[in-house]
Amino acid sequence: MRLAFLARRLGFYLAAAAAAIGLNFLLPRLMPGDPSSAIVEELERVSGQQVPAETLMSIRAIFGNPHANLAQQFADYLRQLSHGDLGVSVVNFPVPVADLVWQALPWTLLLVGTTTITAFAIGTLLGVVAGWKAGSRFDAILTPFTTFLSSVPYFWVALLALWIFGFVLGWTPLSGGYDADLPQGFSFAYAVSVLHHGVLPAATIVFSAFGGWLLGMRNMTVTTVREDYVLLAQAKGLSPKRVMFRYAARNAMLPSFTGFAMALGGVVGGALLTEIVFSYPGIGYLLYESLQKRDYPMMQGVFLLITLAVLLANLVADLAYVLLDPRIRANR
Amino acid sequence: MSAVLVVEGLTVDYVTGAEPVRACDDVSFELRRGEILGVAGESGSGKSTLITALTRLQRPPAVTTAGRIEFHGTDLVALGPDDLRKLRWTSLAIVLQSAMDALNPVMRVGAQFVDVLRAHDKTLSRKDAWTRAAELLGMVGISADRVRSYPHELSGGMRQRASIALALACGPELVVMDEPTTAVDVVMQRQILAQVLRLRRELGFAVVFVTHDLSLLLELADRIAIMYGGRIVEIGTAESLYGKPRHPYTRGLRDSFPPLRSPLRKLNGIPGSPPDLRNPPPGCPFHPRCADRFDGCDEQRPELLTIEDHAVACRLYPSGEDQS
Repeated sequence: MRLAFLARRLGFYLAAAAAAIGLNFLLPRLMPGDPSSAIVEELERVSGQQVPAETLMSIRAIFGNPHANLAQQFADYLRQLSHGDLGVSVVNFPVPVADLVWQALPWTLLLVGTTTITAFAIGTLLGVVAGWKAGSRFDAILTPFTTFLSSVPYFWVALLALWIFGFVLGWTPLSGGYDADLPQGFSFAYAVSVLHHGVLPAATIVFSAFGGWLLGMRNMTVTTVREDYVLLAQAKGLSPKRVMFRYAARNAMLPSFTGFAMALGGVVGGALLTEIVFSYPGIGYLLYESLQKRDYPMMQGVFLLITLAVLLANLVADLAYVLLDPRIRANR
Repeated sequence: MSAVLVVEGLTVDYVTGAEPVRACDDVSFELRRGEILGVAGESGSGKSTLITALTRLQRPPAVTTAGRIEFHGTDLVALGPDDLRKLRWTSLAIVLQSAMDALNPVMRVGAQFVDVLRAHDKTLSRKDAWTRAAELLGMVGISADRVRSYPHELSGGMRQRASIALALACGPELVVMDEPTTAVDVVMQRQILAQVLRLRRELGFAVVFVTHDLSLLLELADRIAIMYGGRIVEIGTAESLYGKPRHPYTRGLRDSFPPLRSPLRKLNGIPGSPPDLRNPPPGCPFHPRCADRFDGCDEQRPELLTIEDHAVACRLYPSGEDQS
């Protein structure tokens, strides 16, 4: 029975992935303009004369012919995709999109991945404590303060932090993900420079994100604490820590967990604002650049990656939830 | 026989708003070793408040403002949290009303036995604790392989029996039961009651059994206390309470349930509704609904006085003498 469930979920996500790939192919083609025409126009504008026919041919060979049959284009697209080929970047011509994405991905995973996990851990832990003793001084101070923090726009926090710590105090670099003067690799100095560059963007993300987890977890804990099984756990004379974590928090965490899995899926998309403010060399910055410069193949590649990552995270969340909540197992 | 539990003048207030609401007022009783005391009353009579106060599980805004709960001479009201925790389950256990809500939905049934067994016996190995959990489930007629089930995988009756087995895990001397048979059907109800009686005979624990169902207590309890408006209005042996109820409220309560073992008769309810504890009536709290009230019932509050084997708080029995 569990295998049938697994197969059904997998089937659903494969269908969703197929639909996502289809849409990812179709959407840019429904938009006005196409990469070939954009390049041709640019060339004509710069040179002031018409592009020769053979140049036009080679441009279309690389970026696709907008006048070709749609089915033929889709077949070409799928064939490329099956080789991991996401096309060629227009802006960074002739670097393949896939190479740029693979370069940016580790930075994003490092920065956004660790901060998402850290923010979730901090927020959840503080939320349990605040909800466990709702109305205590800890709760009465922390919860309104967190509500305030959550309502401050992120870009403002990031800019302020950059201005204070980067510009006024000069404790952290103003932009980038590493010291460009050092050779890239596993050297100690390089690792230190990565940490030095990463600490401020990371801190701003955690600072802005933990509040949401805290509030959600606090409110769920407040309701869970009133459950009979928590009362019975206390009646059993278990240690307060065990009652709090094994009985109250364990149950209160279930809804938060779904949000966490979704957030992990979103990690691959990068923290767009963070990477823009700190010029961090991740996926978010890549997307920002490609949007600004209308680098269609780039955008398409990044969107596809983000979609697939979100789908994967959802699948993992689905499966993990089954492990976390035995009641779900029974209904499947 | 020595008393396991002596409750004296127990008073519980709900401190909300300007005026505290008194849900338990000057409650006193004794419980002997292995005795089953039934506590009956309508909704709002203070019986649930009494349970959380007895087991020291009350949460704000409920506050015990006066009285003592002596368990073998130790006053539970004055006990600190650490000492109280050592006493819990090994001496004082509880069965809650709805076993569905009382068992942790994400823990295996057995694990909920294992954690309490090992919390109170540090020398017990994990393996032995699981074996012990299976034995305890067997005691209430649940097969040993169910020890690895989750609560939702058991039927309602099984869950309730598992809760009773859980309460007995550490061999308590006193088990407080809060309407443990309300959520199950009548057949299961009888089966559970029979099991409680059998286990009490075998293990010798005392029980405080709280319910709104007086007829059920007549089958089960040695003595019965009737609560009204936060006070005990009558307390006596099950036979004398059923055969010769003194308080007009007890009579009303008895006559509003169909008898379990005798032919059907016409049932009479008690007119009116329970008192509003935020604004209790002066004098005897039952007087607005009482058919036998007379001059002064709305002014003087009667004290609980002993008549023969029985105690009653009603002005019909002014100096502890029987009226007839």
